[in-house]
Amino acid sequence: MKPKTIIEKIWENHTVLSEPGKPDLLYIDLHMVHEVTSPQAFEGLRLAGRKVRRPDLTFATMDHNVPTTNRQTITDEIAKKQMETLLKNCEEFGIEVADINSPNNGIVHVIGPELGLTQPGKTIVCGDSHTSTHGAFGALAFGIGTSEVEHTLATQTIWQSRPKTMEVRVNGRLAPGVTAKDIILAIIAKHGVDFGTGYVLEYTGEAIRGLTMEERMTICNMSIEAGARAGLISPDQVTFDYLRGREKVPQGEAFERKVEEWKALATDEGATYDAVVEIDTSEIEPMVTWGTNPSQGVGVNGVVPSPEDATSSAERKAIEQSLEYMDLKPGTKMTDIEIQHVFIGSCTNSRLSDLRAAAKIAKGRKVKEGVRALVVPGSQRVKKAAEEEGLDKIFIEAGFEWRESGCSMCLSMNPDFVPEGERCASTSNRNFEGRQGKGARTHLVSPEMAAAAAVAGKFVDIRTLETEATSQS
Amino acid sequence: MEPIVKHTGNTAVLPRVNVDTDQIIPKQFLKRVERTGFGQFLFFDWRFLKDGSDNPDFELNQPAAKDATILIADHNFGCGSSREHAPWALQDYGFRVIIAPSFADIFYNNCFKNGILPIRLDEEKVYELMENGKDKVYELTVDLENQTITDSNGFQASFEIDDYWKEMLLNGWDEISLTLQYEDKIAAYEEKQSV
Repeated sequence: MKPKTIIEKIWENHTVLSEPGKPDLLYIDLHMVHEVTSPQAFEGLRLAGRKVRRPDLTFATMDHNVPTTNRQTITDEIAKKQMETLLKNCEEFGIEVADINSPNNGIVHVIGPELGLTQPGKTIVCGDSHTSTHGAFGALAFGIGTSEVEHTLATQTIWQSRPKTMEVRVNGRLAPGVTAKDIILAIIAKHGVDFGTGYVLEYTGEAIRGLTMEERMTICNMSIEAGARAGLISPDQVTFDYLRGREKVPQGEAFERKVEEWKALATDEGATYDAVVEIDTSEIEPMVTWGTNPSQGVGVNGVVPSPEDATSSAERKAIEQSLEYMDLKPGTKMTDIEIQHVFIGSCTNSRLSDLRAAAKIAKGRKVKEGVRALVVPGSQRVKKAAEEEGLDKIFIEAGFEWRESGCSMCLSMNPDFVPEGERCASTSNRNFEGRQGKGARTHLVSPEMAAAAAVAGKFVDIRTLETEATSQS
Repeated sequence: MEPIVKHTGNTAVLPRVNVDTDQIIPKQFLKRVERTGFGQFLFFDWRFLKDGSDNPDFELNQPAAKDATILIADHNFGCGSSREHAPWALQDYGFRVIIAPSFADIFYNNCFKNGILPIRLDEEKVYELMENGKDKVYELTVDLENQTITDSNGFQASFEIDDYWKEMLLNGWDEISLTLQYEDKIAAYEEKQSV
């Protein structure tokens, strides 16, 4: 039999219909729903008198709008209405929801894996572009628009053209002080903000195999920042060990039978891709972005580039526009850029290991005067686990604000934002204009780099800090 | 959904690369539970000054771009967030056609569901259209049936589009109704896979 990639295997397992002149009709195993991109979809169902076909394969949470201080008093009336609408819709259509008071509440891409809803071989959709996160488990997971949310609710399927496949090979081992976040930022910086458009990415190579599940999620999360709707990693023992015993996976022997099925999903030896890109870990330093898209980043010891470095007129224009918005001059050392805000959180970097890594840097140090630093756990479970380890105390002692879970300052739909003209070192995924607030200037970094920036008030190479973190990857 | 067969309209030129959906519709406008009324917020942070007045430098505020229904954009248009509020805002503002050298995948799909025709065209052709439409009223005719773009001065280009999406737009079909015709196939799949 012809060797196949995991992408082809999952696709073929889920094709309900494949006819010439049409995209394929794909079955969806898990549909995750949140408050912002679903109200119009439910309203559409109601107007057409339709039901949710498989409420049992649908799971809802609220994350984008939720306040991270007092969760019981939502002052934003429109946000409140959106959350109430979700609750009403879930009740009417019989969908399980992790509401604001649930111990399972959190960012949709944090709780899916945490609960074990996310599993190898599944097709997963959500009205959110960072759904690619779930690919870390060897699932085919991608973001959809609200019309597709409605379509999935009504039919449990989606029309999709068969994507091209791309191998993204990360060669070598990760050097100390370099993180999963740096790998993905370096890949996007090297290959461009849209190199993945039209493709599903599979991350392979020694460096990827050596990553924990949480680190793999950070990588897959940002596939969309390369233009790829989905990015995944073939499942292995690390994946199975993470999932064993979680609430929504089969238990006992049934789980071990599943593992045997999942093992067969991994890309076959000798399978080929439509395209291959590579990066060597020796090229990767702790990264900092300087611009207004995630590909505009350099190693922390680098400098802000010049429009003169551009290879096309379009790129030159993009650099000029970014530098103007970011108020940066070409040639400025990244380590000379001062920041006023730090955000540790988001579906990219808000899991327990992210908080541990940041806490290692924060421990025994103080946030620089004039810097506001927020730590926003990805879920209520992450928050609880972190508090059990005393991470909250380390952060508070160091002068960080310890918050409730949610999307928070990643997109600032809730009350957390960066004021106009100020700079933020952020562990989130997008440095777009206005993303963290109108006129706010975002620099994307790893949790370690963010914590170090909070202490120094500017970017520092974490490899120069004396801490336990520098001896670990 | 309103069908598109042949559309003639004025163009607006937006020569910026990587225009993300956060720019098309900033997050503060995503809290509505309706599908309509987003046009007033389109490109909000670029379109308006702090005091709420029109930003005279922004491309869509140029006199020639007023009443435009065809947007000529640059590479990777619509990247970033999956928010369908972006095509809702473009459509509500009045755009029916967007022409660019490349689009982000999710945005591209979202357009078809909302009666907007996104056209991928060679970079040179797009830049030629941008030049033609720069600072003046410039009318184009987009013929979906024949997959052509023409102007009154002899410009002509043809474009590719998936047959499936073409049919949807030509007929203004509701995709869910179409899918439900295959209900037996979906049920058979569920049975076979025990899902």
